[in-house]
Amino acid sequence: MSGISRRKFLAASMAGSAAATLSLTSGAFGAALLEGYPDGMGVLVDMTRCIGCRSCEAACNKEQQLPAPEMAFDDPAAFDYSYHAGQKRRTTEAAYTVVNRYEIQGEEQPVYRKIQCNHCNEPACLTSCFVNAYTKTKEGAVMFNDKVCVGCRTCMVACPFNIPAYSYSSAFNPVVKKCVFCHETRLKNGLPPACVEICPQEALTFGNRRDLIKIAHQRINDNPGRYVDHLYGEKELGGTSWMYLSSVPFEQLAFDTTLGREPIISNVKGFLGAVPMVLAIWPALFTGFHLLATKNKHGEGHQADHPIQEDDKQ
Amino acid sequence: MADLKRTKIALMFFLAVGVGSGAAALGMDLPETVLLNSLSRYYDGVSFDHALHEQVADCASCHHHTTGMPSQDPDCMRCHAGAAEMGVVACRDCHAAEPFSAGYLKAKKADTHRYHTDQLGLKGAYHQSCLGCHQAMGAPIGCLDCHQRNQAGDELFRAGALSSAGPAASR
Repeated sequence: MSGISRRKFLAASMAGSAAATLSLTSGAFGAALLEGYPDGMGVLVDMTRCIGCRSCEAACNKEQQLPAPEMAFDDPAAFDYSYHAGQKRRTTEAAYTVVNRYEIQGEEQPVYRKIQCNHCNEPACLTSCFVNAYTKTKEGAVMFNDKVCVGCRTCMVACPFNIPAYSYSSAFNPVVKKCVFCHETRLKNGLPPACVEICPQEALTFGNRRDLIKIAHQRINDNPGRYVDHLYGEKELGGTSWMYLSSVPFEQLAFDTTLGREPIISNVKGFLGAVPMVLAIWPALFTGFHLLATKNKHGEGHQADHPIQEDDKQ
Repeated sequence: MADLKRTKIALMFFLAVGVGSGAAALGMDLPETVLLNSLSRYYDGVSFDHALHEQVADCASCHHHTTGMPSQDPDCMRCHAGAAEMGVVACRDCHAAEPFSAGYLKAKKADTHRYHTDQLGLKGAYHQSCLGCHQAMGAPIGCLDCHQRNQAGDELFRAGALSSAGPAASR
């Protein structure tokens, strides 16, 4: 009787392990195939249209009720500001979007690049956050909940675009701060974000992400010579809700063109997916091994106990 | 009925902005100035010197194919070559004031036969048309060269007397 149950147990545990291994190797998680929510919105940033007026920065500051800037938003000196030995401005706790100027050799006009959260389809910040402070909404926004943030700043390391900023100025409750696509105040009510609405040049086009991809490729086709034939954010890291068109190669505007198409989560999803299976199968498996390994000893103990009991009876 | 209503709206519009937009069609005088103020929020309206710009540009430079003059873009001429003067020539008759509103985006998507799917909104049309030409011709291109910023605008940009660093810091 005990022999049969042992064989059954071994067979079952082997089948379990095999199933776990198979599901891991077949890549059943398929993160790379996800294209985001079908009705997700996005913004197409056409850098050939931007004139560097920084109205978007001003509108963001007002909409998100951010602290007053060091320099007025119409002060062109902001473009000459640099920190850490020549780095251009980046997003901070007080500025969720920033426009930087790039002087390109051979171009008459400088090129302006607006940066903000790109609202990835498969956000690395969300993947890295162990308290689930991040959510990707069906409208396309990557939201951040500062109520649960513990301030570990893992997302700041995880973000391939260096976007999340940290409220270092707060002594008692420092949390991560970043662009939220104006989700609460605008996006979920069917309104474009504040930066898009104020842009005089319509350098920012708001719409369904899938429509924007069509529009972007149409612009490239219809205006030969105006654009480089690439829509940054269409494929990068599984796609982003914010996408860029440029007249000069993206590397010259400090875009990271080495990111590849795989979402960050693809690098860890297999491993993390195995954790629950390991937790479910290993205890049972090793308990079984333990029982088998100690069965004889246990049996011997029983047999050893018997004579004493029998002795007692006598 | 619909035509009548449209004519009525068009007429009201012409009266409202104080110009005879259909004047060209009727052989009447072109407007001296046009007050562009339908979008004003952070800036006062712009009094556009139409007469001055008539001297430096053709009608079609700004009005595409709507004034009866052939379009300057050969791509437009594929469809609009034989197009006659149109009753309405104002920018806002084609370029939507709120091009990203949920209603406008939905209507645009529902119109499956629409060709101009990437049409600029009114603000974008103004600025790309004006500023593009100003840049090419060496005309003024600063925001405040055309616009008078109002108090709401100073507050938004934290500029002027409302600058956080004080008036001296802003330019």
